[in-house]
Amino acid sequence: MPLAIVPDDSSRSRPPTQAPLTNTKYEVEFVAVGRAFASERRRHGAPVSGHLVVRDISLSIAPGEVVAILGASGCGKSTLLRIAAGLDSPSAGVVRIDGSPVAGVDARCAVAFQEPRLLPWRTLAGNVGLGLPRESRRQDAALRVAELLDLVELTAFANHRPREVSGGMAQRTSLARALARNPGVLLLDEPFGSLDALTRLKMQDLLLDVHAAAPTTVLLVTHDVDEALQLADRVVLLGTEPGREGATIREVLGVPGQRPRDRGSAELAELRATLLAGLGIDRHTH
Amino acid sequence: MTDRTAPARARVLAAMPLTRRRAVETRRRPLIPRRLVRIVGGAALPFAILAAWQLTTSLRLFTIAQLPSPWMVLGAGVELIQRGLLGQYVAISSQRVLVGFAVGASLGLALGATTGLARAWDVFFGSTLGAIRAVPSLAWVPLLILWLKIGEESKITLIAIGAFFPVYTTVSAALRHVDRQLVEAGRAFGLHGARLFTTVQLPAVLPSVISGLRLALAQSWLFLVAAELIASSTGLGFLLVDSQNNGRVDRILLAIILLAVLGKTTDALLGVFEKWAIRRWT
Ligand SMILES: Nc1ncnc2c1ncn2[C@@H]1O[C@H](COP(=O)(O)OP(=O)(O)OP(=O)(O)O)[C@@H](O)[C@H]1O
Ligand SMILES: [Mg+2]
Repeated sequence: MPLAIVPDDSSRSRPPTQAPLTNTKYEVEFVAVGRAFASERRRHGAPVSGHLVVRDISLSIAPGEVVAILGASGCGKSTLLRIAAGLDSPSAGVVRIDGSPVAGVDARCAVAFQEPRLLPWRTLAGNVGLGLPRESRRQDAALRVAELLDLVELTAFANHRPREVSGGMAQRTSLARALARNPGVLLLDEPFGSLDALTRLKMQDLLLDVHAAAPTTVLLVTHDVDEALQLADRVVLLGTEPGREGATIREVLGVPGQRPRDRGSAELAELRATLLAGLGIDRHTH
Repeated sequence: MTDRTAPARARVLAAMPLTRRRAVETRRRPLIPRRLVRIVGGAALPFAILAAWQLTTSLRLFTIAQLPSPWMVLGAGVELIQRGLLGQYVAISSQRVLVGFAVGASLGLALGATTGLARAWDVFFGSTLGAIRAVPSLAWVPLLILWLKIGEESKITLIAIGAFFPVYTTVSAALRHVDRQLVEAGRAFGLHGARLFTTVQLPAVLPSVISGLRLALAQSWLFLVAAELIASSTGLGFLLVDSQNNGRVDRILLAIILLAVLGKTTDALLGVFEKWAIRRWT
């Protein structure tokens, strides 16, 4: 697998020792991105035409911006993140990070997948360590891992194996692993999906703290409208247009106010109503 | 057969949630320790057979030429030891097995990894290796003797062929079934090539690799005897043919018992390793 390391490693020169890091934040640009999956089943030899999942996604995300992606299940949110990370390639269009197109796994991104995807034979600490940039020195690495585990409140479980902890704990480990990378672009796929309400709020605050300390560009996929409104600068609503195959951007809404936002404000309530209506948009013609 | 089910049991236990596992384990701590039960229980049948053997020879149900008594077999062993032959036979046979096993298993591991990781190589090698595998082991012997003479190489090659296939098939199949999401996560964090292999794929398949190694070791003993029966001047297989020619049933029985003990011992050693690996890597 040729790893397309774009010559940017010098620009993100950050000794991993200094914990609240001076990391780089990158601009992310989706240019007319589309992705179709070839149908695996062929009927009587005749190939069935590809199944278009997303199309015409054009979106520009400023360095350090937090953008939430909302959309119905199966509309292609994870697919978009995988394309941004270079784990999948678009069938149309291109994704640029900091001006250079993504080709192959991109070292500037870190992903927290929808599933925790932890290595079962490693402890939680070992799994977080996997996320560390490769050049980190051993001693600093141990410190950094301990710090991250503390951040996600898992210090007591550092030496447990993934199967010995709950799903929510595994998900927090996966978040810590992504943060360990100290990435220029942080891609989070429903990172708080399997957390209870209280832990979810705590982790949202944690993400905001991390972002405030070391601003990075964040692309956050979520099902939760309130989470999107609490965390994001802008919310992108994905959906299909009636009569056309493939989801695309239905709406991009700026969220007003500084974080942390008052969860009860009237302005947010209005946005919430818009977004909820938008999520049901497939059924009504807008 | 107890130790065939042991890894399976360990795996089932490993898959259980911790609390339930503990419950099972404490429930399983009975009056007599399990290990003792295993040793005594496992030794019961061999002793029963030995007793029955002794009984039939004492009652003279067979002639001595057909079935000598256990004591005569022991005597044959002592005599061979005193002549310095038995030690030599055991040593040379074990050496052949170990060398052949090491060569065959390493090749199996390398080729299994190649075909398991890259579909193209699987297509390239798959059918050929499948055909070679279908050749009965004894069919190789004349060719090996002509090419490599009756020296050590011909035997070691035959054993290596025997050890190769179990490792090759299990490794290749296991690698093809490694959780894709884990591999993708590894790639997402910058791993590729050899580092991806040692960090994600190899640990994921290690338990299967070790069960492949166990099968390969059993095959190695099988192929050793095939090699030595046909062409050799020393070793346990030679003891078998030689005794057959001299009508020494006591020595034949001795060689069979030694092969059983040696095979079982080496298998048990790998079994311990397998248990450790399952605990460590799943
Ligand atoms: N490798 C693949 N091969 C074929 N189809 C795929 C593949 N990956 C995704 N798809 C299809 O793409 C569509 C979108 O998948 P994706 O995982 O991106 O959805 P999602 O928006 O993340 O959904 P969810 O909210 O449930 O996680 C699905 O219909 C799925 O069937
Ligand atoms: Mg998804």
